[in-house]
Amino acid sequence: MTSLYDEVQTPTDGVPTRRVTMTVNGEKRTVDVEPRLLLAHLLRQGMQLTGTHVGCDTTSCGACTVLFDGRPVKSCTMLAVQADGHDVETVEGMSSASELHPVQEGFKQEHGLQCGYCTPGMMLTSKALLERNPDPSEDDIRWALSGNLCRCTGYQNIVKSVLWAAEKMRAERGEDA
Amino acid sequence: MYPNRFDYESPTTVEEAIAILDRSGGEAKVLSGGQSLIPMLKLRFAAPATIVDINNIPGLDYHHVDDEGNLHIGALCRHVDLEESTTLADTHPTLAAAAELVADPIVRTRGTFVGSVCHADPQGDWAATMLAQGGYVVAQGPNGRRRIDMGDFVLGPFVTALAYNEMAVEAVIPGASGTPRGSYLKLERRVGDFATASVAVSLDMDGDVIRKAGCALAGVGGRTIDANDAISCLVGKTLTEDSIDQASDAVAAVAEPRTDHRGSDAYKRHIVQTFVKRILTNLARTEQKAA
Amino acid sequence: MALDELKIGGMGASRRRVEDNRFIRGKGKYVDDVVLPAMLHMEILRSPVAHARIKSIDTSAAWEVPGVRLVLTGETMAARNLAWMPTLSYDTQAVIATDKVRFQGQEVAAVVADDPYIAKDACSKIVVEYEQLPAIVNPDQAKDSSAPLIRDDKVNQDSNKIFDWEIGDKEATEKAFADADVVSSLELHYPRSHPSPLEPCGSIADFDRATGKLTVYMTTQAPHIIRAAVAMVAELPEHQIRIISPDLGGGFGNKVPVYPGYVISILASILTERPVKWIEDKSGNLISTGFGRDVYLKGEMALRKDGKILGMRMHTTSDHGAFFADAQPTKFKIGLMHSTFACYDVPAAYLTSDGYYTNKAPGGVAYRCSFRVTEAMFFQERMIHAAANDLGMDQAEFRRVNLVKDDMFPYRTAFGFLTDSGQYAKCLDLGLEAIGYSSFKAEQEEARKRGKLLGIGISTMTEPLGAGNSREYDIIGIKMFDSAELRVHMTGKAILRTGAKTQGQGHETTWAQIVAHELGIPADDIVVEEGDTDTAPFGMGTYASRSTPVAGAAVAMVARKIRAKARKIAAHLLEVSEEDIEWELGRFYVRGNEERGVTIQDCALAAYSNVPDGMEPGLENNAYYDPPNLTWPFAAYICKVEVDPETGVWDVLKFVAVDDCGVRINPMVVEGQIMGGLTEAYAMANMQYITFDEEGNCIGANYIDYLLPTAWETPGFELHEVVTPCPHHPIGAKGIGECATVGGPAAFVNAVMSAIEHTGVRNVDMPLMPNRVYDAVRNGQDVSGMPPVRVD
Repeated sequence: MTSLYDEVQTPTDGVPTRRVTMTVNGEKRTVDVEPRLLLAHLLRQGMQLTGTHVGCDTTSCGACTVLFDGRPVKSCTMLAVQADGHDVETVEGMSSASELHPVQEGFKQEHGLQCGYCTPGMMLTSKALLERNPDPSEDDIRWALSGNLCRCTGYQNIVKSVLWAAEKMRAERGEDA
Repeated sequence: MYPNRFDYESPTTVEEAIAILDRSGGEAKVLSGGQSLIPMLKLRFAAPATIVDINNIPGLDYHHVDDEGNLHIGALCRHVDLEESTTLADTHPTLAAAAELVADPIVRTRGTFVGSVCHADPQGDWAATMLAQGGYVVAQGPNGRRRIDMGDFVLGPFVTALAYNEMAVEAVIPGASGTPRGSYLKLERRVGDFATASVAVSLDMDGDVIRKAGCALAGVGGRTIDANDAISCLVGKTLTEDSIDQASDAVAAVAEPRTDHRGSDAYKRHIVQTFVKRILTNLARTEQKAA
Repeated sequence: MALDELKIGGMGASRRRVEDNRFIRGKGKYVDDVVLPAMLHMEILRSPVAHARIKSIDTSAAWEVPGVRLVLTGETMAARNLAWMPTLSYDTQAVIATDKVRFQGQEVAAVVADDPYIAKDACSKIVVEYEQLPAIVNPDQAKDSSAPLIRDDKVNQDSNKIFDWEIGDKEATEKAFADADVVSSLELHYPRSHPSPLEPCGSIADFDRATGKLTVYMTTQAPHIIRAAVAMVAELPEHQIRIISPDLGGGFGNKVPVYPGYVISILASILTERPVKWIEDKSGNLISTGFGRDVYLKGEMALRKDGKILGMRMHTTSDHGAFFADAQPTKFKIGLMHSTFACYDVPAAYLTSDGYYTNKAPGGVAYRCSFRVTEAMFFQERMIHAAANDLGMDQAEFRRVNLVKDDMFPYRTAFGFLTDSGQYAKCLDLGLEAIGYSSFKAEQEEARKRGKLLGIGISTMTEPLGAGNSREYDIIGIKMFDSAELRVHMTGKAILRTGAKTQGQGHETTWAQIVAHELGIPADDIVVEEGDTDTAPFGMGTYASRSTPVAGAAVAMVARKIRAKARKIAAHLLEVSEEDIEWELGRFYVRGNEERGVTIQDCALAAYSNVPDGMEPGLENNAYYDPPNLTWPFAAYICKVEVDPETGVWDVLKFVAVDDCGVRINPMVVEGQIMGGLTEAYAMANMQYITFDEEGNCIGANYIDYLLPTAWETPGFELHEVVTPCPHHPIGAKGIGECATVGGPAAFVNAVMSAIEHTGVRNVDMPLMPNRVYDAVRNGQDVSGMPPVRVD
């Protein structure tokens, strides 16, 4: 694909591209990208993973958060070429066909979302938090999520959602049973 | 928001990176964490012809303290590495206090210490901590390495002393010869806000006597403000109400704040004074408790 | 056996949301997620200056960029009579500037290209020559006789004034002031704010030359109004226009107006005969689309020594930006400002208003607000706070004396509104108890000893939600009612469509609960669709907390129509006359013989297989609901803060919210609305505003300067409920979506004012940023937030 977006064949022949290979949601993907293409745009347009949302221009809102080698990054603030050789997880990779991730369940159970726009980023940041800290306090959660903005919920239910998921994950591991 | 076109290079050695910079004759920009550079590319405030991505150079992501107590921070050490350090608070408490106030938690997983220092934003947190602790940048160019003291490193807003064909490979922050004490306070209206004013204070204590004192300010001038001379009035003294007042007045006097939507110049100067006082008063309490 | 309503997800069930199933998987479909074959991408070039004559535009270099398909300027638009468009307030607005730019960020040109990167590249190659004019950034400047005329495009417009307006009884009010023992006064600015949904605005216009059909995917809260507007502006036949509003990443009023970008993308699709996608960036959203507030309010209150309010007079001056584009009922120039003081027994009141053009973005949208009621209630509660202090009365006691009592309903306010229900004192008392009001004074004393200033702030208010009725409420002539259409399939499953448009409120979940309540069909068996004008019945859309009061009522009414028909079918199936049929949830039975009955599902099957002779087959209907009155929820918000006088930083120690929004369809969703609204209230009180410097540069053009609170700063909220059903709404519900945003800010501000009032300060304009609070305490003086802000 010589175009930035593969749905339209663009007359950009002669524009240098680079071939990059990355793992996206567990699957190996090889694409040719123009260096200036942002990772968020590659995921959204090139790979149709539209759960990664773009909210702002200034690395402020976190709606585009993905896990890069397991850690949350704002995918609007990385070049797609930088993902070469790395592992990217988006919201689409959180659940299998039959099973939701506990964080996803928690957001539904505790009404941790309204319009849904910040939700993928919130959930991925939460997932990364719980992997490092399985028993977070309310303050730990508020702190960890302070790079993701939400306009609808007032955060209180997001915090509860993460606590819900933490409890479920601990129970699944046989703790606090 | 879409960047201009640029050529992309991803060298795997420092030497290779420098060769590219040298070839590009000043039209290239080093990309490390990218948390400032990429937004500037997107807003088209920056439009370099070439991006030199150093993320694929192995061996630059370290931070360690050498035998003499100096902290070495490699060009790819991320903010989060410092935030999660369990020893930093003991050796470099000023840095440790700043580590969790840099940007927001997600930016901290990607952004780098050295990149932030090289960005030379007058509101930058790390540059202030470097300046307060007598830190220096190790720059490598075609002719080898040189040391640039932090006081000489920043020339103006977003301008550093790095030559076009040099790359900052490491930042070094000396340790204390006695007991290291210090802190960092930042007035931000929300997480991720740029500083309305912030203060870095670093003390090297011999018992309760101050052997060395360092201070620098962010957000209150066209560049990071060097308040080391101002706070040197503490040297040889203990932390008392009088010495604290004297130091906080002296530091506030060297701030160069300007009025804007974050507050008046007088307000920002007052915050500097208040923060110096708060940091020193807290340290005095800690000393008392220790004693 | 009647069904257990909670088990079928009926009224009162905290049913988990069905829309979440796609959102938590990243499978929501927002406008930018829609990809059409052969789609082009559009970017807009915006003015860097606030006020300037356009001397020339050179687009030749932009056309040269490979991949560019079209470059549009004001001239292109003017050639098709599209350079200007009507606003929702009977003014005109430039689509692309032709003569002058009138605010920073105004549309100057647009480029359509194969991808947005190329479109952006080409935008930067357009050369515009500006001749700068002085910028006007507040009404005082606009009034000045030497001020440049901003709207020199308009015939008969010889000043920057837009309107004068008045309401109330001037004479009776003057008499009240003559009788007063004490007169209290207050003056403040409600700063310009922006709803700032995380998702910016955008559209994909797809004109099909072969069929003549225009399909537009659009971020709109009111798709049917947009269809009408597009028909008028683009002169296309309405039946050939299809507006689809897919999932919206928040709206909060920002997605009500028609924006130039939509219109330009439509023309671009017509000209290129390809789908054209335009997705605004955040900065474009913040600097050019519908803002909220920006009103200067001053008033006086006539008081008797014993605390009784005798009268109130008030004046508002509003800053509308370069075009009068308020989205509000036509009859009222300053929205429902005159709902101010509706919860208090005020015998006489008089309000005057004027509005001005400035070199700022147009808008004046109801930002999580029922048309200026946010300003009205904020002023009310700040004035009440000041008046109680002037009388030396306790804040709670002063409110108790003046709140409308339970036995006074229906109550006609001095401005003519009819409030119909509530338990105001009960809500207040519940809140006071929860916050620990009685021990506050002691707590405050104790904190003073530590150098900290504690304050407590109360905000009590009722507000008018759910416009119409259509007698009084219309927008550009379109009456404000709403609709629902329900089709019950033969297996008893159903599809419901309404003219509202959810944007996070959870209609897909809650509308089904109303149907479940009315028909006993489990909510899980009902799918809800909104937002496609080809399929949804006509409606005015979702804003101003009108969905539950109007569309929600229509849902109940259409379900009742279905039940009425099902009853006839049941009588037929049970072989008794209709009069002998009884209803219990989900089932008809024969009176006196409960065992003999048929379920609603049985009736549905019969509607398609066994209808009585002469009956039309099928089980579907629609309902248009024109409410007899507004709904009047009540709220008591109480906040306790601690102020650090050395820095001006303040923290919320506790926040208690008591809301009475009548019957709650889904308590979980209602509480979500309240917490979200309180957070926006906190944001406005603390950090979120747009201001301008002397040159008209917008400060607040991105999330670096336009500050939204994160999870870290946002306080926790303690919620309580009181239920006084709405007497005229079919299910007793009242609006709730915006109560907290409307009533919340005054609680925060009154709390901070209470903490610092020993300094003699009467008012600090929002947002109460640390520097403003510090300056107020230090100088013992009020702090004004009127732009321009000094930037050295």
